[in-house]
Amino acid sequence: MSIPLNYYIVLSMILFSLGIAGVTTRRNPILIFMSIELMLNAVNLSLIAFGRYLGDAGGQMLTIFVMAVAAAEVSVGLGILIAIFRTKDNVDVDVLNGLKG
Amino acid sequence: MTLQALLSGQGLMFLFFAVAAIASGLLVVILQNPLRAALSLVINLFSVAGLYLSLNAYFLATVQVIVYAGAIMVLFLFVIMLLNMGQANMNTSYRGVRTIIAFSSAIGFGGLMSAVALKGQPDVMLPADAIVTGSPAGSVEGIGKVLYNPNLPWLFAFEWTSFLLLVAVIGAVVLAGNRQQPSEDKA
Repeated sequence: MSIPLNYYIVLSMILFSLGIAGVTTRRNPILIFMSIELMLNAVNLSLIAFGRYLGDAGGQMLTIFVMAVAAAEVSVGLGILIAIFRTKDNVDVDVLNGLKG
Repeated sequence: MTLQALLSGQGLMFLFFAVAAIASGLLVVILQNPLRAALSLVINLFSVAGLYLSLNAYFLATVQVIVYAGAIMVLFLFVIMLLNMGQANMNTSYRGVRTIIAFSSAIGFGGLMSAVALKGQPDVMLPADAIVTGSPAGSVEGIGKVLYNPNLPWLFAFEWTSFLLLVAVIGAVVLAGNRQQPSEDKA
């Protein structure tokens, strides 16, 4: 007996909610990035599960693109973080309000 | 809902990886030390790779381990150590009301979406594995035959992904590069 699709979707939703909680509570930008990775992984899991149960290879293709975008996003984001740390000496997201009007 | 599905061999595998993924994901969210949170995220990524295997996505499970758990997490750990964030509670203290609101909204969202997923279609059962021109959909051959097929929409996007990665590499080098004399940048 195989596992119903619903279990994968619920698991994906739980991981996505954990990511939301992390993004909204964390103040360290690196930990916010990690929570975003958690959310991207949850979406990848649901994409692959849907593709598998629909008999369609499109879900896995989309997952490949999500992974590529995640890699690009992390490299640019961490570069920005290093640049901020070089000038500010503090990377708390509540202290970095230089764009506030 | 047929909970007996979880007692088969495949179900136990799903249960193991699901519990590991949720537990390590929770640790990512609540641990104070960024280094430990990063290592929990590695466990989470491995667990999700195991779930990919249970969905017959062999190539993507491998890519998940190599790219996510390998490359991206090394980048995270590198930056954590470079910025010397390894000590606990540098910037990670919680604030009461905002934390409660954030967690309750996350639980509300997750519960709502899970309720939709459980209500909508009773039990969508597994079809046979998709066969793409003679090879299983999750294998390297199956992925390649879909991804590089000019009659399907993925090839053009795949080419532009390479451009995206090029831009990301140049952007990361420019942002994190050494700029000791800012006056020379305008020359």
